[in-house]
Amino acid sequence: MHHAWITVATAADRADRPAVGRRTALKTAIALGVGMSLPRSTALGQDDEQAALRPKAGDWLVKVGDAGLTPLTPEDIPVAAQQTMAWAMDPRTGIVRSGSRLNRVVLLRFDPDTLAASTRARAAGGVVAYTAICTHNGCEITDWLGDEQTLSCPCHSTRFDAKNGARVLDGPAPRPLPALPLVLAEGKLVVSRSFTARVGFELA
Amino acid sequence: MFAQRNTWRVLSIAAAALALTTAPGPGQQPPQPPPAAPVPTILLQYKAVTAERLKRPEDSDWLMIRRTYDGWGYSPLSRITTGNVARLQPAWVFSTGALNGHEAPAIVNNGVMFVSTPGNQVIALDAKTGSLLWRYRRPLPEDAVVLHPTTRGVAVYGDKVFLAANECVLVALDARTGMEVWTTKVEDNSQGYYMTLAPLVADGKVIVGASGGEFGVRGFVAAYDPETGAPIWKTYTVPAPGEPGSETWPRGEQWKTGGAPVWVTGNYDPETNLMYWGTGNGGPWMGDQRPGDNLYTASTVAIDAATGQIKGHHQYQPNESWDWDEVSPPILVDFRRNGRTIKGLIDVARDGYLWFLERTEGPIKFIEGVPYVAQNVFTGLDPKTGRPDIDPTRKPGTARPASFCPSHWGGKNWPPIAFSPRTRMIYIPANENLCAAIVGRQIEYMPGAPFTGATTTISLAPGADHIGEVQAWNVDTGRRVWTHKYAKSQTWGPMLATAGGLVFTGGTNDRKFRAFHAETGKVLWEFPTNSGITGQPSSFMVDGTQYVAVQSGWGIDSRAMQARLNTLMPGDYPEVPEGGAIWVFAVR
Repeated sequence: MHHAWITVATAADRADRPAVGRRTALKTAIALGVGMSLPRSTALGQDDEQAALRPKAGDWLVKVGDAGLTPLTPEDIPVAAQQTMAWAMDPRTGIVRSGSRLNRVVLLRFDPDTLAASTRARAAGGVVAYTAICTHNGCEITDWLGDEQTLSCPCHSTRFDAKNGARVLDGPAPRPLPALPLVLAEGKLVVSRSFTARVGFELA
Repeated sequence: MFAQRNTWRVLSIAAAALALTTAPGPGQQPPQPPPAAPVPTILLQYKAVTAERLKRPEDSDWLMIRRTYDGWGYSPLSRITTGNVARLQPAWVFSTGALNGHEAPAIVNNGVMFVSTPGNQVIALDAKTGSLLWRYRRPLPEDAVVLHPTTRGVAVYGDKVFLAANECVLVALDARTGMEVWTTKVEDNSQGYYMTLAPLVADGKVIVGASGGEFGVRGFVAAYDPETGAPIWKTYTVPAPGEPGSETWPRGEQWKTGGAPVWVTGNYDPETNLMYWGTGNGGPWMGDQRPGDNLYTASTVAIDAATGQIKGHHQYQPNESWDWDEVSPPILVDFRRNGRTIKGLIDVARDGYLWFLERTEGPIKFIEGVPYVAQNVFTGLDPKTGRPDIDPTRKPGTARPASFCPSHWGGKNWPPIAFSPRTRMIYIPANENLCAAIVGRQIEYMPGAPFTGATTTISLAPGADHIGEVQAWNVDTGRRVWTHKYAKSQTWGPMLATAGGLVFTGGTNDRKFRAFHAETGKVLWEFPTNSGITGQPSSFMVDGTQYVAVQSGWGIDSRAMQARLNTLMPGDYPEVPEGGAIWVFAVR
């Protein structure tokens, strides 16, 4: 099934591409009476800028494709299983930061005792967050190898150790996936700091 | 601004003086850019590329990626020979300043060289000296979708140079200045369309396709007016309901996300005005999620250059499920078979088979198919149509893993073969002994999001003693003549054959560029460059000297395969240094 907002993607030039889905998502949120304060009149250009910004401290996380914009909690993330794709969302404005593919994050949940110390320090309720964008050629890290408990890139098969800073286990990626530190606030997953390193790869 | 200038004054009187003379003040004009440098003489005398020259290029030129429309990758120059190639030395080298895979050839028109590199860059050089003439760089959006950041070359026509920019914008440059003449948006990059191929100029049009088989794109080939960039026709490689082939997409609207991307340039037959383009995998990757043969995925499609109409096709594997993109187009060679000469197409497919086909005014006919590497998926071919019988245990599906050989990278990936009319042989960069396993999972389409639904791992075939090979096959007998095995490397090396009885290629992880004896396969010369070579070699002549040019710049899939092999054979396949350079060699 396709979510309603999918159809709003336009053929506009990339430079001024609107945040895919955000506007309709907002309308959906309003229609559903989602309990958050939404500004009545926000300049569209400012919205687009906000949607393209990297996740910020205080942002909530919502599942990619969730028209209801339900803030994610640790319980929403399956333990030691396939990653959940998510966007950050500014809880004050309801703007989902889906305006850049570089903002897409993967969420995984583990028993905190199995996490490396530095990774555990960035985790919330056992949930760790990393960029979904591979540091090799920018593919999205969609694969989970359950047998070996590793993240894997479908394009060129780099495997990352999600329990230990997303270090490269093998494959062509030259560096780990930047992490997005989290904390818990009122049970919700909340971004505590910006990405630990630049997201993306060297285009040239 | 003023604060900054004051700081400068404190720091350095000289700097302050400079700032005061160049910074705008009230009522002053803003600084002007320096005047453009005069156009070098070699460019003032630039020789326009006509349709006739593209059909019958001078021996000294290399005007399109494979030099000629038939895709041979063959130079008729013969001053570099089996006898003197041992004295081949660098004439000059030029650093591109770019990372990632450098896959483009040096295009040479009457002593002017054009090279494209990753990062939307085109460099124009004096082909004899390596002196820079101009440099074009097109900034890429930070979040551009370019999962394979490369370019496979530019096209030249008239007084223009055409670049298929990564973010799916077609660019025409003035060959004399490197300035943009026009740009045309080809497709929406945010939906997963990106371009890495070289444009094809045929029938007075500039023609491209797009990558994006990872995103559920709907593949296409599209033609534009070289003077203005105006679109002329666009032909989808997945038919809409009611169009021929649409019956192979029985389920709903799956054709809209059916894949069949086009990311390697097609070849062309001026006699029939038909182009032969290759297509990639279906979307999503697992065939059991898109029932039907799914035309025209994993096919060669014959397209009329005048109208864009599809006049014929050959599908290599119906309901593609192995990630065997068959984008590398067949070359056009007339070969002998069973006492007759066949106007032929020869395709060295990613599926591990060497296909001999017949081209006509339209339909493509099957002649013969033989494996050139170990292949355990096809149990046989229909003798009339070439349609393979598939071993169902070797076909991956949703939650149904299967292992198969060759791997998803194929017996040969995109790097083009070469053909020498002197030896009557084709030269194949093959990877033997690599196998893969794929397991699929159900996936839903979301625009701009990955639409593969498959996880791939690779393995070595039992008893594997090598991987990379160069194979030579006689096209008239359909038999293999020689094989060179690389002891400790795969190959990602495009091929060049020359009338001097030589075959040139790189592609190995030892950074070497090599010359083989075209008849015997003996290595006659080799040279270690800065990086690994995945560029298409070309040959040209200036002032009576024959040169061989190639870009060295390892990356993307060659890097990925190297890393996977280092996991299978720890320590044997260390990281290859990266960073691009253009090398030009001559006999001294």
